[in-house]
Amino acid sequence: MSKSPGGIMAVFEHVDVAADSIRALKEMGHKDMTVYTPAPLHEIEEAIGHTSSPVRRWTLAGGLTGLASGFAMTMWMSYDYPVVVGGKPLGSIPPYIVIMFELTILLGALSTVAGLVFHAIRNYRAAGYDPRCSDDLIGIFVPCPVERRSAVEDMLKDKGATEVKVEV
Amino acid sequence: MATSVQTERTEPNTYATITRDVFNTIGNPGRGYYVLLGIVLCGLAIGGFSLLWQIRWGLGVAGYTPPVFWGVYITTFVFWVGIAHSGTLISAILFLFRSAWRTAVYRTAEAMTVFAVMTAGLFPLIHVGRLWYAYWLIPYPNQRQLWVNFKSPLVWDLFAISTYLTVSTTFLIVGLIPDIASFRDKATGWRKKLYSITSLGWRGTDQQWRHYTRAYLYLAALATPLVLSVHSVVSWDFAMSIVPGWHATIFAPYFVAGAIYSGVAMVITLLVPMRKIFKIEHIITVDHFENLSKLLLLTGMIVGYAYFVEYFIAWYSGNPFERASFWNRAFGEYWWATWTMILCNGALPWLLWYKKLRRSIPMLFVLSLFVNLGMWFERFVIIVVSLSFEYSPAAMGHYTPTWVEWGIMLGSFAWFFMWLLLFAKNFPMVSIAEVKEIIPLPRKKEVHQ
Repeated sequence: MSKSPGGIMAVFEHVDVAADSIRALKEMGHKDMTVYTPAPLHEIEEAIGHTSSPVRRWTLAGGLTGLASGFAMTMWMSYDYPVVVGGKPLGSIPPYIVIMFELTILLGALSTVAGLVFHAIRNYRAAGYDPRCSDDLIGIFVPCPVERRSAVEDMLKDKGATEVKVEV
Repeated sequence: MATSVQTERTEPNTYATITRDVFNTIGNPGRGYYVLLGIVLCGLAIGGFSLLWQIRWGLGVAGYTPPVFWGVYITTFVFWVGIAHSGTLISAILFLFRSAWRTAVYRTAEAMTVFAVMTAGLFPLIHVGRLWYAYWLIPYPNQRQLWVNFKSPLVWDLFAISTYLTVSTTFLIVGLIPDIASFRDKATGWRKKLYSITSLGWRGTDQQWRHYTRAYLYLAALATPLVLSVHSVVSWDFAMSIVPGWHATIFAPYFVAGAIYSGVAMVITLLVPMRKIFKIEHIITVDHFENLSKLLLLTGMIVGYAYFVEYFIAWYSGNPFERASFWNRAFGEYWWATWTMILCNGALPWLLWYKKLRRSIPMLFVLSLFVNLGMWFERFVIIVVSLSFEYSPAAMGHYTPTWVEWGIMLGSFAWFFMWLLLFAKNFPMVSIAEVKEIIPLPRKKEVHQ
């Protein structure tokens, strides 16, 4: 996407019009568009039809790492320098569950954020941007070569885009 | 100007008005804001002076008297950890329940969480006296090859509190990114630069939202058990020992309910002046306060029930030490602290059964102050009163806090409010993206129908 040849940037006031245009663009074969919305909107998400985000795998991996490292750290440190406390066994699992639990949450949360950054930062300079898209408009950027631009432009205007312009 | 404010209140919230009104909170907030900030800075100066005094002369300047070695510092520590809890309840637990009203208030609550944990975290350090040795709590390789004792609740506490601080800060920052991006697109000058950097290149693309909504869901799902664990672990600092009045299995749920109760009260205390100062009364409405007060009522009832069960079990257990401890709470030297706690937390929330009171903002504000007071005294009663009256009459003692302790406590309030005031003036204190999410965007087809 970063080597994008430029394309069409359209902005919409109406959410249903934007969703219709996304479906129409997909039918025309433009699957690599970028849609800008001020908030996560279900109607738009459905029209685009992404699969579930892979961030969840990061959460799982981080959580399991935290759990394992909590177990390993408490057990290893207990046996590395054995000190009997309160007549309890050196490696007492019940109190160590607290540490394992906290590390599960900690590493789970941090790796979720790492996953978010990793996935969201790709394609970050994808295309043109309209600052009104963080306010109350929905923007669609369609990368397309010069010869196909007029067809896309006409279609978007026809659907009811508020503004359509060519971005280089 | 006055007319424009009036029209603002009657017009329905739209995407554009939400962005504009929240963006306006970083404008000039007026004299009231600076007066508050000035008061807060004076309080901070008093706290800073008291702390320096204690560092110079040592822990002896605190009023510790055998056998009471946990006093105002630990009381205030538990108080602030408790305050933090309702923020995560509103931002994470109510998010999982898909509760729409939380969107307008959760940012303030979440910021409150982070600042309250930041405040709480100072107290164990202040309490140990030589705070430059605080790092001894962390398991790190050292020349004696000795590790920390993982069977100690104090080490669990370190892990719980630092995890809570990290995760709630992360949660707050992740929630802020799209809103800072909206600020970036409206701001000019140095603020534009600030928001360009802090929005981390957010553009609200479909891919970004796709990953973001998922990540946010998982963060909420992780924060929910975390918040329940944190105050449980704090309660085990007490419940794991054999002091009468502490050694009870009820402690974890009792502390969590109390934490949420005090935190909701603090949210109300904060929102009442903030919505006035920043002119967002039409975003944070009376309905929001009514919902908050219902939470206050629910948790208040649980806390009241826990008080009752504590006394009942003290009697029913037949344990003479437990009975004596609770008799001492109600009728001993510290009777005034116990009755303040019972009046503020056990009796006053019953007023909230009246809808009129739930919808009266001045009444709620006053009530929230009483709840804050009562919850501070609850911790004082549990910690100080139990410690002062253990098993052997020869080992009983009376603890009176000194000016240094009160000064540091006052400073902690100032520290907390300072961060909140600075945050509210410079960052979106209402979640723009989430408030928008629950407002329908204009549709063309309905216009035709």
